[in-house]
Amino acid sequence: MQQLCSNKFVSPTTGATISSAQFGILLALLFLPQSTLWSRALFAFATAVLGTWIFVWFIQRIRFKDVVMVPLVGIMFGNVIGGITNYLAYQYEMTQALSTWLVGHFSLVLRGRYEIVYLVVPLVALAFLFANHFNIVGLGKDFSRNLGLPYNTVLFMGLTIAAMITASIVVVVGSISYIGLIVPNVVAMFKGDKIRGTLVDTALFGALFVLVCDMIGRVVIAPYELPIELIVGILGSLIFIGLLIYRLNHGRKAVRLGSAGSSGCSASLSALEGRDRS
Amino acid sequence: MQVTELTKRYDGKTVVDCVSFSIPKGKVISLIGPNGAGKSTVMGMISRLIAHDSGLVDFEGKDIGKWKSRELSKRLAILTQTNNIQMKLTVRELVTFGRFPYSGSRVTPEDQKIIDRAIAYMELEEFQDQFIDELSGGQRQRALIAMVIAQDTEYVLLDEPTNNLDIYHATNMMKIVRRLCDELGKTVILVLHEINYAAFYSDYICAFKDGKIAKFGTVKEVMTKENLSQIYQVDFELLDIQGKPLSIYY
Ligand SMILES: Nc1ncnc2c1ncn2[C@@H]1O[C@H](COP(=O)(O)OP(=O)(O)OP(=O)(O)O)[C@@H](O)[C@H]1O
Ligand SMILES: [Mg+2]
Repeated sequence: MQQLCSNKFVSPTTGATISSAQFGILLALLFLPQSTLWSRALFAFATAVLGTWIFVWFIQRIRFKDVVMVPLVGIMFGNVIGGITNYLAYQYEMTQALSTWLVGHFSLVLRGRYEIVYLVVPLVALAFLFANHFNIVGLGKDFSRNLGLPYNTVLFMGLTIAAMITASIVVVVGSISYIGLIVPNVVAMFKGDKIRGTLVDTALFGALFVLVCDMIGRVVIAPYELPIELIVGILGSLIFIGLLIYRLNHGRKAVRLGSAGSSGCSASLSALEGRDRS
Repeated sequence: MQVTELTKRYDGKTVVDCVSFSIPKGKVISLIGPNGAGKSTVMGMISRLIAHDSGLVDFEGKDIGKWKSRELSKRLAILTQTNNIQMKLTVRELVTFGRFPYSGSRVTPEDQKIIDRAIAYMELEEFQDQFIDELSGGQRQRALIAMVIAQDTEYVLLDEPTNNLDIYHATNMMKIVRRLCDELGKTVILVLHEINYAAFYSDYICAFKDGKIAKFGTVKEVMTKENLSQIYQVDFELLDIQGKPLSIYY
């Protein structure tokens, strides 16, 4: 989503995808009280895709000057949808049932309740196949057209894939906010933005991050369990603030492990001295 | 390429007004003219990036809008005036995208050779594994030009390619344009503000003013004191250097 929207701050959380998926789940609970996981997932897919499309269509029409405006609008849009969801849930006394999907947690992941997650596999494979297409779309409309790529088709196809991946997670564990924002940003700082080259790293790092957060959540108040949403939220926002501060101090330079930045300076200094002496 | 009565309006204001010309094949054509004269808009319209309001752009016997996008991108490449790339890609990854119309995501050894050549043309070997957002403005511009060269099209459209380049690299850029034309037989259309580069390195000059063509002809025909002072409203003096009319303005 970051690549497709050419904006580092767009993610399922800041792009209204998660709240749209939750809205879909509520609709399923309202209209099909006997609904199975699969029919709920269908509703969530439909609303998540639609919500994301509307958001991106909107930001494309408005063309904000400031990149930070885009996620702010996304958060607002997401909150409006969340507000409607909450209102309807109150009206029909569904708040209890809905809370499962509002705060992400793993305590309801049981056999027969999680299999939808496997849908992620073909979707990610598809994303990998079209990774270069998404990269080019992220470089802009003129850029893609020059290379003969149908900009809008690829953009909305990519968003559909991202929205469906997100929705299949939300249906199973609820929302895990900001992970879609933090993990790709951290990986990109080290490895760049070429999707083909970073998809596996992003997936592994994301999984590791969730695993660590989950373990913390299970240990802190054992034998009880803290929802994953809470831990990811706290750790994630700390990491993100760290990232922002690092960016401010070091510019946009890529982080290179064991970088020779400081020695480079002294080397050129000594070279200068050498020339002086000679 | 044949352009007839091309017109573009923005909010009722006509920015390109009934422009007709034809591009001679296998030549270097420079578009010059003051800011806002409509050069970039014309470039956009003849490369299907900008939709025109009326008129016709005929590319190789077919209306430009009727071309399949993928096919057209193997025949015509354009570098626009502003390229605000936020993405963290290496120079080589960017140049590799130039091969996308041919090979999609599967880059062949043949493609690698073309990519290497494009990088060598723009003297980017030492930067090829650096991220473009860590380069200087001129180095980034050269990386983008290398990508367009890697696209290996008959028609190459460059909007102010010498933007941000120092004298060495700007001159080098113009020499490469000449080589693309002379050695590889490409048709190159450039927008230039340095009229002496236009005079020295191109075959034809097309001067724009207020959305119209003020003058289109060979370098000798366009580069006269009267023409230039009329287009730019500045006093000109012309010198003959190596048989080319070069100008001094003050
Ligand atoms: N998207 C747009 N919306 C409204 N007006 C536009 C748009 N693009 C260009 N214009 C107007 O069209 C006119 C021509 O613009 P164009 O970019 O073609 O000029 P140019 O000759 O390339 O100038 P420069 O040398 O400054 O690049 C200008 O007056 C500009 O204000
Ligand atoms: Mg221009």
